[in-house]
Amino acid sequence: MSNTLFDKVWDSHVIRKIKNGPEVLFIDRHLIHEVTSPVAFLGLKSRNNSVLFPERTFATADHNTPTINQHLPVKDALSVNQLKALEDNSAQWGIIHWGLGHQKNGIVHVVGPENGITLPGATIVCGDSHTSTHGAFGAIAFGIGTSEVEMVLSSQCIMQPKPKKMRITINGKLGEGVTPKDVALYIISQLSASGATGYFIEYAGDIFRDMSMEGRMTVCNLSIEMGARGGIIAPDEKTFNYVKGRLYAPKGEAWIKAMTYWNTLFTDADAVFDKEISFNGFDIEPMITYGTNPGMGTGITNHIPKAETLKGGVDSYKKSLSYMGFAEGDAMIGKKVDYVFIGSCTNGRIEDFRAFASIVKGRKKAANITAWLVPGSHVVEAEIKSEGLLKIFNEAGFELRQPGCSACLAMNDDKVPAGKLAVSTSNRNFEGRQGPGSRTLLASPLVAAATAVTGFVTDPRTLKAL
Amino acid sequence: MAYDKFEILKSTAVPLPVENVDTDQIIPARFLKATKREGFGDNLFRDWRYNADNTPKTQFVLNNPIYKGKILVGGRNFGSGSSREHAVWAVYDYGFRAVVSSFFADIFRANCLNIGVLPVQVSAEFLVKIFKAIETNPKTELAINLSNQTITILSSGAQESFDINDYKKQNMLNGYDDIDYLTSMKSEIQEFAKSRPF
Ligand code: SF4
Repeated sequence: MSNTLFDKVWDSHVIRKIKNGPEVLFIDRHLIHEVTSPVAFLGLKSRNNSVLFPERTFATADHNTPTINQHLPVKDALSVNQLKALEDNSAQWGIIHWGLGHQKNGIVHVVGPENGITLPGATIVCGDSHTSTHGAFGAIAFGIGTSEVEMVLSSQCIMQPKPKKMRITINGKLGEGVTPKDVALYIISQLSASGATGYFIEYAGDIFRDMSMEGRMTVCNLSIEMGARGGIIAPDEKTFNYVKGRLYAPKGEAWIKAMTYWNTLFTDADAVFDKEISFNGFDIEPMITYGTNPGMGTGITNHIPKAETLKGGVDSYKKSLSYMGFAEGDAMIGKKVDYVFIGSCTNGRIEDFRAFASIVKGRKKAANITAWLVPGSHVVEAEIKSEGLLKIFNEAGFELRQPGCSACLAMNDDKVPAGKLAVSTSNRNFEGRQGPGSRTLLASPLVAAATAVTGFVTDPRTLKAL
Repeated sequence: MAYDKFEILKSTAVPLPVENVDTDQIIPARFLKATKREGFGDNLFRDWRYNADNTPKTQFVLNNPIYKGKILVGGRNFGSGSSREHAVWAVYDYGFRAVVSSFFADIFRANCLNIGVLPVQVSAEFLVKIFKAIETNPKTELAINLSNQTITILSSGAQESFDINDYKKQNMLNGYDDIDYLTSMKSEIQEFAKSRPF
């Protein structure tokens, strides 16, 4: 029988199918952090349950951690409570815990792959919607709610109906200055913020095959922003090379056994999807968003669409533009910007900082810009230093902060003030996402870099490497 | 037993005719710092409901005393964005027991069902009918009957049926949840785990 990659991985994890109900799915690896796990542990205790497979859960602190002076005690008392709860719960149940300051600490979706927790053919969940990131390795990975976190702790399973399958194929080549982030923002702008709800996406075609693992992670990360449960890319040599030798990856005999399984992980030629969509790589420009959901994005040289061109939702569209302080027909290039954020599990990996450096090298930060450069993990931070990028940043007037989610969701002090406009490499431009009243333009690290040195929205293709 | 049983809910409703209401609006991230489940209702729709100085924004529906009830009616693609279950805790803690929309984001819907808030998905046309009925008379009651899977606008008798999978329906009717189910199959799970390659 011919199957999709998704079917192969999903079906091999189903323990039971309930008639007219969900399927019981075994979870290989579970990631937890300080914000969505404390109540799950409370539930576990109140029901007198215990953690069934502690060795399958990994904890890291990231969502509300400060990104400067991490060696000092955290100031915010409520954050301290959550960090302490994560530490105590992990200790009580024997779960590996990378707290603040630990050399393995970082954003949950960055440290998972770095440490070989993320594996092809695995099921991976976490109480964070961007768990879809791990699909880049040919895993089924998706975000869950706190009740489900409790389910996984107590039973290593969750109960979900099997999603429908969509394949997005993009062939061709990407133009100069076009990054994986632009590919993802382009797809979302075409499908809308809810266009893939109910589906699990497989990304196929030249564009994804040619992408680095980091790039694939960026794309899969953003799957949720079109409503999809997750995204998956077939593993290949690049995937196996990335995984090999990492801390929790299989070794020796186990590696050989795993490879035998992994080599079966592809969509059979005649497998059928519920929906097929294709785009042409040559059509994609550097992208930027102009509204308050990630579907409201366009090529950077375009103008904001007129409401009359929409199929519906005109009131919500106008509400969104009025929040942003933009008008229909406005050009995006040239808008004055106050903040630039590079980081998050979307674009906080080494390749993103290399891209940022490629533009700021030999230039200076614009005086009107406050810039936050936040690596996704200590490993990324160390690479930035060892590759000489930090020197480039410092010479251009930028400082590097310490790892964490930071201004992606602004739970810590990294909040964009009300009314200020930020160009951000993160994943959400919702009202107030980066701080109450803040306004966000989502873009790639290249667009962020170009904007950081000019002070206004800038097409990176107009700035040549110096 | 995990939560209240849900059978028939008859109540006035609070209208929020906005599309793509994301969970960052339902409960902004800065209020996610609690380590308990209760108390989130105070910050439900915080930034739509209050000014920066904590005075209420009078034009927002939750600050309008004409509208109250246990049913929240939202626009299309309700609950998109973050997986935070806190959003549903806030909806529940405020006093809502059902959310009606023409389209729900996946994780939000799953979270609702997991804590006993009923997501009722109606057609776009029926949603317009509900908004109109409430606009005409804020005292309009809706009746949601889970056993029959129907929602009725009581003033006009207009009715539509809604989908819910049988397993989740039984759970809601009985106040059971998935954790009850999963812990009952522990040995089967342990056996299965032995077959995993990693
Ligand atoms: S960086 Fe943002 S999206 Fe990623 S895990 Fe942190 S809060 Fe979630």
